[in-house]
Parts: sequence; structure tokens; C-alpha cells
Amino acid sequence: MKEFAILINALDSTNKTGLKQEAIETFLAKAPDEDKLWFLALFTGKRPKRKVSTTLLKQWAIEIAGIPAWLFQESYAAVGDLGETISLILPEPVQYKEQPLAVWMEQIKLLELMTEPEKKQYVINAWQNLPHTERFIFNKLLGGSFRVGIAAKSLINAIAGYYKMEASAVAHTIMGEWHPDQVTFDALINGEHIQSHRSKPYPFCLAYALDKELSELGMEGLWQAEYKWDGIRAQLIKRGGEVFIWSRGEELITDQFPEIKDALLLIDGNFVIDGELLVHKDEIVQNFSELQKRLNRKNISRKMLQDLPVVLFAYDLLEWENADWRAKQLSERRQQLEHLFIHNSSHGLRLSPVIHFSDWEELALIRETARLQNSEGLMLKQKESPYHSGRKRGDWWKWKIDPLTLDAVLIYAQKGSGRRSGYYTDYTFAVKDGENLVTIAKAYSGLTDKEIQEVSRFVNNNALEKFGPVRTVKPELVFELAFEGISFSNRHKSGVALRFPRILRWRRDKTVNDIDDIESIKQLIR
Amino acid sequence: MQSRLLQFRPEGIYCVQGKFYIDPWMPVDKAIITHGHSDHARAGMNDYLCHHLTTPILKIRLGDISVQGIEYGETVDINGVKLSLHPAGHIIGAAQVRMEYKGRVAVVSGDYKVQHDGLTTPIEIVKCHEFVSESTFALPVYNWASVEEQNRQLRSWVQNNQAIGKTSVLIGYALGKAQRIMKALEGLGPLNVHYSIAKLNDAYEAAGVRLPDYHTVDLNTDLKTIENGILIVPPSLVDTNLLRKVPHRAEAICSGWMQVRGARRWRAADAGFAISDHADWNGLLQVIKGTQAEQVYVTHGQTAVFEKYLNEIGIPTKAVKTVFGEEEIQELS
Repeated sequence: MKEFAILINALDSTNKTGLKQEAIETFLAKAPDEDKLWFLALFTGKRPKRKVSTTLLKQWAIEIAGIPAWLFQESYAAVGDLGETISLILPEPVQYKEQPLAVWMEQIKLLELMTEPEKKQYVINAWQNLPHTERFIFNKLLGGSFRVGIAAKSLINAIAGYYKMEASAVAHTIMGEWHPDQVTFDALINGEHIQSHRSKPYPFCLAYALDKELSELGMEGLWQAEYKWDGIRAQLIKRGGEVFIWSRGEELITDQFPEIKDALLLIDGNFVIDGELLVHKDEIVQNFSELQKRLNRKNISRKMLQDLPVVLFAYDLLEWENADWRAKQLSERRQQLEHLFIHNSSHGLRLSPVIHFSDWEELALIRETARLQNSEGLMLKQKESPYHSGRKRGDWWKWKIDPLTLDAVLIYAQKGSGRRSGYYTDYTFAVKDGENLVTIAKAYSGLTDKEIQEVSRFVNNNALEKFGPVRTVKPELVFELAFEGISFSNRHKSGVALRFPRILRWRRDKTVNDIDDIESIKQLIR
Repeated sequence: MQSRLLQFRPEGIYCVQGKFYIDPWMPVDKAIITHGHSDHARAGMNDYLCHHLTTPILKIRLGDISVQGIEYGETVDINGVKLSLHPAGHIIGAAQVRMEYKGRVAVVSGDYKVQHDGLTTPIEIVKCHEFVSESTFALPVYNWASVEEQNRQLRSWVQNNQAIGKTSVLIGYALGKAQRIMKALEGLGPLNVHYSIAKLNDAYEAAGVRLPDYHTVDLNTDLKTIENGILIVPPSLVDTNLLRKVPHRAEAICSGWMQVRGARRWRAADAGFAISDHADWNGLLQVIKGTQAEQVYVTHGQTAVFEKYLNEIGIPTKAVKTVFGEEEIQELS
């Protein structure tokens, strides 16, 4: 596991993509194949289920460290990661046991069959024989929640570079369904498992935010404009009579949308479609908050299907009759997509309409009205563009409408985790409700590191509580929040829910008297 | 029960019978200074007293002041209070201030560490009735590796950079940390030191502490000479254009905060080394227990947590608000 520990350390300690790729290449050169396989498995989220509960791990660590439980909690709050906290509070290891990552994974899998005292003995023994970084990694492996600090694209590029392969081929092969027990590293990298799996999705093509004038894009006629929908971006696969729906997070969500699955099964042919899943009622796309009610449920009730009907808005065709169409031009793909939908009209399946416009000015006006359709803005796609893997500059642009904003005051702060542990980075904001304050949103991002440090100092000096994770502070610091949408909500005390709230800027020029009132905010809901 | 020796006043920590302050943060008549870091040694006092190795540092930082320097263990009588200084192990000249009046003893320790760094006089644990302790790293997740291990890691990082043609930039507080880094890297090649550190090196050398040879560099003009070499700079240079001009550099932050992965990632330096001039968790406990104090006061750092814990293990403790700790904040930010 030594090479793996060095890799994790290296990935952690730089944000320079070049150095991360260098570290991966070193790992690929030095680590045994089984360990490389496990690295890819962990990276792509194929981890074994949690074998020991965090409660037990915490309990054993507290026992060995000989500290009170509350002190463990305080330490955890300062470190921001349970596996690391445990690793740090335990006494120094008595010796160093080096064995490959794959062997650790095998042993961890066997924990399932053990009794609690056996598990305890195994875990404590490992703790006593691993130096700090390896101990931390071991805890993460046990917990089944390991995140590796590198973007998918960089990892794929590093592997592709090292094995002199196409990045898209690597992306296709490591995404999707495979298990480290059933494939060798070479076979995986060469994509030998792919044919046997019908579910394989392609990497999504993503767009950058438009950062130039429309006139710089050239002739209007070269571009296809569509609405940018605010639902779940999905890849819908039908191969050999089977349907798979993937989310952008590479999760298989087929069972959450039975009406879409059924509709796709009725279509002739084999295909892979890129589209957006939206709640659509009375011919109107509904707010994302409606779709949210359908997500992450074990069972979708008949009532839910009726009240919150989901429709696919199809954008693009990636594969047709088992041929990869991604290299073809968008205009050709779109034509085939339209053909397919016209011949298989169904209530649940629609084409995301192409917006007709004669010049850029007209398109700009259309964008202004996008919110009326519950759309986030527009997408601009070059008609000749291929379907790229990942985010690529130039061919596709997202052109979102300017966000809504409000001024709110900071009332609660909580320490961040991971990179931001040690600072107060998670904030809860309030707006006026007559004479009182009412919480309106939580926001995590949008401040610079320096500002976060300054806010943290304010929280330290102005907090009511001394212990526990949340600090209540004097309502004094005012921030401008941006958000994409707003809807009524019973779950929030304020009666409204904001979509994508984030901090736009710190309004040092404003006091708590200047913040917005909830009644005027509700006026924004259409 | 005799009366207390110490009071916590808006101006700073006050010795009632001696009528003087220790590390005050507002102008007072007489100030005893534990060590030369700027959050403990402030300008504006009529009269200073400190360890004689701290005297030149105070003069560099505060200019022409009235200051008396004394030896460790030397006793001075101030208004009937027997005052003496004892090694704190923090940085050069760092002292714990011991005060005795009619058999009652109080110790204000300033900042201290238990590990021996090879440059600083090792800490002496002083028995007392009242003890004032820092609490910068008072959480059980902060336990340092041995100095040998810290130095080994530091050296191997630098050697690795040398092998791949990178310039090692080490970031550490100019007084104390920088000199430790220099000592740790002795023999690995020419040491280039930012001039703000060189100024304080003089104070070390004036005290008879031998430091490795080094070059003083000005980053505006001397970029060529440090290529592929070793450069030691203070934390104030982090994220500045001046430092960004150093080509092919790998940056390492040397600070106790680097113990935690999140802090290392936050700083996004290429490496972080948990090397600290403050006591770790076990060090704090060892010293506090060793003083056998019947009343402990904890200042700057994890005061609430440490107060609660010490009381739970039977050591009567109160958290006290001070304005110390700027040094650690600088190192972090």
C-alpha cells in the first residue's frame, strides 16, 4: 500500500494538474497491477460496502486513545474527516506492516463474515501496524467512502498518456460496470469487458459558460440554440432490448423513472440519447423543486407518477444501431434524433425544441424570457460539432440568465470538512421577517480564502457557543446571495426554497438593517 | 490560602505585588517579555526586561528601547517579588517567567515546546501554584513526530526536488522556524535565505548559536542564483508575485497546522510539514502536570476545549482571553 499512500499524499498536496498526473504516472509505473485496479475501482466509486460502522470505529479509537467522547468530537470538528481523526488520535504504531492495497481490500471484504470482537481485533491490529497516512487510508477503505483528490478528466488523461491510448477510450472503459474481482488491469485498460456489457454510457459532453460577445461566435446560421433545462441530465441507453438510464454523476437511475423506461422500451432500434429529465405538467416544464420530490426514493408510488409526471427532453443522439455517432456532426445527429422521435411519438418522450432565431439580438431577447419556461437560459451548439468527451471549449456554450439576488445576514456558521477543515465555511443566512429574522438559505461557496479566514475570525470572536459543530453569531455580516430560482416550500421555515444559493459577494457597505424582507422575496415567485 | 499573584487586566497579564506586566499588549510602565515574537513583544512600554538573548531581537524589532537582559535562573527583585526566567524551549531566548512572593509561586510560560530542536535551550519544568499555559495545539490530534523524523522527511523532500531539478521553497516563521529549517537542511547545498530571516539570524549568531552558512537573497534581483537550490522565506511571502517569480519551485509549509490533511490541501502548497515550536497535546499535558500547579490558566488557542478537559482530569483550570496567537495565524494564513 506504500505506493498508494504516496500517490494519495501527492494528489492531496498540490492543485497543479501536471503534478497530479505526474504522481499518477509514478504510481502506474511502480504499483502492482491488482493495486492499480483497486485504485481505479475506488476512484470510480466501485467500493465495497461499509463493513464496520463508524460508531464502532469511533468507539474503539476513543477506547485506545483514552480520551472522552466529547473531546473526540471536538477533534473531529477540527479535522473534518473521521478516518483522519481516528488516525491522528491513536498512539504511534508499534511496527510497520507493508502489504499491497489489493490484499487489504481482500481482508476488508472478509470482515463481513466476522463477529464484532473479531472485527475489533482485526481493525486494532491494523491500526497498530500502520504509519499515519496508511492508517488513514485503511480507515477510508473500511468506511467505503474514499474520495481521491483528482478530477476524472485528469485521471483519464494520465492513464491515456501513460498507456498511449485515446482519452475517450480510457474514459469509456473505466466508467460503468466492472468489478476488480472479475477483471484484470490489462483487460480493463484494453476495454475487453465492454462488449459484454450493454449498459456502458459515454462520457457526457459538457459546456463552458459563454465568456465572449455573441458577435464573436461568427455567423448565426452555424449555431443551434436550445433551452438549458434545469432537471436531471441523463444518458438513456437502449441496447438489445434493455434500457439503462444514467445520471451525470454516473449513477444508474433507471428504476427511479419507470415511465421513461417503459416509453423507451416501446421505441424501435438501439440507441444512446443525451437528454434532460423534467417534471412536465399541463404542457409546462415544472420547477426543479418538483422533480426533487421524486428523487432518491425506494418506491415510486402510483400517486407520485400521476402528480409528478416525468418527461424526457432529448438533446442528442450518441449511438444509433450500435454505431458510435459521436464523431458525426450535430446537424446529422439531430436529424436522426428527430426522425426517431417522429416515428415513435410518445407522451413521455419529447425533443428538446430548437429555438429559431434570425439574429443574435433576437436570441438575446429570447434568453431574457427563459425563466418563464423554468429554463436556466440557453445552450449554443455549433452545428458541425462532434459530441465531445467532457468539457471542451469552443463548440458548446451555456448562456445562463443572470441569477436572482438578495441581501441576507449571516446567523450560523459551521466548520468545513476536507480541504476547508479548520475554518468556518458553511454558512446559514437569514432575511427579515417583520421585526424578526428568518433563515433563508445555506451557502458554502463564493468567498475567497482570505474572506473565509476573516469571517472565521469574526465567528471565533462572536460565537455564542464554545462547543459542538454549529456557532450562532451576532447578525452583523451582510452578504449578497445569488440563486437560480425560488419556489414555495413547506420544509423551510421561511416558506420558500432557493435553487443553487451561493454567495455573490460580501456587502461590507451594508448593515443588518439593509437586508431584504421575506415578503418582498416571495414576490419573486411567479 | 494566600492571595493570588496574577491578574488578567485589559492591558495584559499583571503581577499584583510586583506591579509589572508580562507580555502586555497595551503601553505600560514595566513589561517582562517572554520571547521575541511580535504578539508577545510589543512596542510602547517604558521599560522592558527579558532574557539577554531576546534583547537583540527586541532591538531589531522595536528600535531604541530601555531593556534589561538577564540570564536563565538569575533572580531579580521587583517590589518584593522574586522574579526569574526559565527556558521555555520555544525559540532562542524564550523564557517562562517565574514570580515568587511570600512563598507563593506563579509561572507565565508564554509559548513553549517540549521537543528539543537542537538550537534552543530545552524547556525546564518549573513547579508552581499558578501556571499560565498556551493552548495553540491543545487537541489530541496534534502530536508531533520526533525531531529526527521531521528532519528526515524535510531532507528527503528537498533531495527529491534536487533530483528532479526543482527549487525547494520552504516557508516558515522568520524567528525560530526558519533557523530550525536551516539547521535541518545543513549540508544539502547552499541555503538561500530571505533578508527578513537573515536579519534575525544575526541575533542567533550574536548569541553564539552556530547556524549553517547561508546566502541572503533579494527575490527582486537574485532569481538566477537560487535556481534548483534551496530557498527559505517567511509566511508573508506566500501567494505573492515575488515568490511566483521563482521558476520550477516546489513549496513546503512548515507549521504545526500541517498535521491535518485539510490544512495542507487548503494551502495547496506542494508539501506540508508538521514542524512546530509549540508543544503538542502530550507536551502540553506533560508540562502542566509537571508544574503541579493548583490553578492553571489557559490562553490563546483551544482555550474552551483545554479548560474543560483539564478540569475533567482534576486540574482546576480557567480559560483567559488574551491577544496572543498572531504568530500562528500568520503561519496559517
